Amino acid sequence: MEVPILKQGPYLIAIIQSALADADIVHLRDALVEKVGRHRSLGVIIDVTALDVMDSFATGTLRDMAHMVRLRGAETVIVGIQPDVAFAMVHMGLKMEGVATALDLEEGLAYLDQRTRAVRHR
Amino acid sequence: MGLTGLQKDSKRASDVPLREIVAHLAENRAQLREEWVRRITDAQLLTAMTKDELFAEATSVYDSYVDALETRTLESLQAYAQNLSERIIPRGVETHEVVGIVLLLRDVLARSLFTKYHDTPALLDRVLDAYEPAANSIAITVAVGFVRERERVIRQQQESIRELSTPVLQVRERLLIQPIIGVIDPHRARQLTEQLLRGIRDTRARVVVIDITGVAAMDANVANHLVLTVEAARLLGASVIVTGLSPEIAQTLVNIGVDLGKMRTVGDLQGGIEEAERLLGYKVVPVAEPQA
Repeated sequence: MEVPILKQGPYLIAIIQSALADADIVHLRDALVEKVGRHRSLGVIIDVTALDVMDSFATGTLRDMAHMVRLRGAETVIVGIQPDVAFAMVHMGLKMEGVATALDLEEGLAYLDQRTRAVRHR
Repeated sequence: MGLTGLQKDSKRASDVPLREIVAHLAENRAQLREEWVRRITDAQLLTAMTKDELFAEATSVYDSYVDALETRTLESLQAYAQNLSERIIPRGVETHEVVGIVLLLRDVLARSLFTKYHDTPALLDRVLDAYEPAANSIAITVAVGFVRERERVIRQQQESIRELSTPVLQVRERLLIQPIIGVIDPHRARQLTEQLLRGIRDTRARVVVIDITGVAAMDANVANHLVLTVEAARLLGASVIVTGLSPEIAQTLVNIGVDLGKMRTVGDLQGGIEEAERLLGYKVVPVAEPQA
């Protein structure tokens, strides 16, 4: 299942609706990294609220994507990780080092607004 | 449960020695009991009890003891030992004291038998053959009863610690406090984490202060768990500030090699709340001079 990527002002928002196959995640990564450049986006939000499992492949791919997006000049924030998922992840040692996380979409937007304030008001 | 030693003996010979022992103990009840109490006092056992209590208790134990020898069953003694344990455990009586007094009684009675049958070695042998195994099973019964009761009390206490609520409190918009008091075992640690993560989601907290002033020590497992909790909270978008780390806990955390870059710690709860307010952009200023 392909994940739709929405453009919202200077940000790209991808809301994952259901469990994804590995190929879909890779596809999402490639599409987002490409679009960040095309739309000159400042931030990317991945909403994983609907996921009740985050395995090592998904976590690793999202982390790589965040780093790639950073290299292309934008910030990434992962939002909506559920309490049980979060605890299972840290138990498996999947800690998303260096990737910003926020409670939900609203918080993620607030985080990006704050991070990109300097750039937006230039 | 029967007195195995006694039954074996009665099959082998006759009940005569045992009946004689019981008669002897009943006859010299007052004197032997006093002797026993004196020995207990000398050995400084059961110091938690007053003299009168000790004497009354000693009388009941003595009678139960003789009763167990006479009836050759341990049921009533077991019940008595459990009842006794229930009463004395809350008063801080230790295992060595209980075992000590029973062994003292065994000793006092054995000496008395020695004196009585001193001149008839053959009879003395049979008397001791009957007495020793019985006395041993009585001592074991009382000790086991005490330890079992103690373990039950410990289990019960662990249960109550587990049930102690560990509230997650909101002190300001987006700021939670979780004060933790008492012993943290793996089960409770898990519960604490679940409550905290749910609390973060439900109140949309951005900063959490976990105060562990009330936790004296934790083992490496629980310390690791604390680190994982901090990580998990971050995945939900909340920063965690841990306050009130005792020197022992600090030592444990250093030993397990915690990454201090990931864990924010502040000395006490007040400092933790102030730090949290800074993170959230609050500034607390007094509106007036405090009234003297």
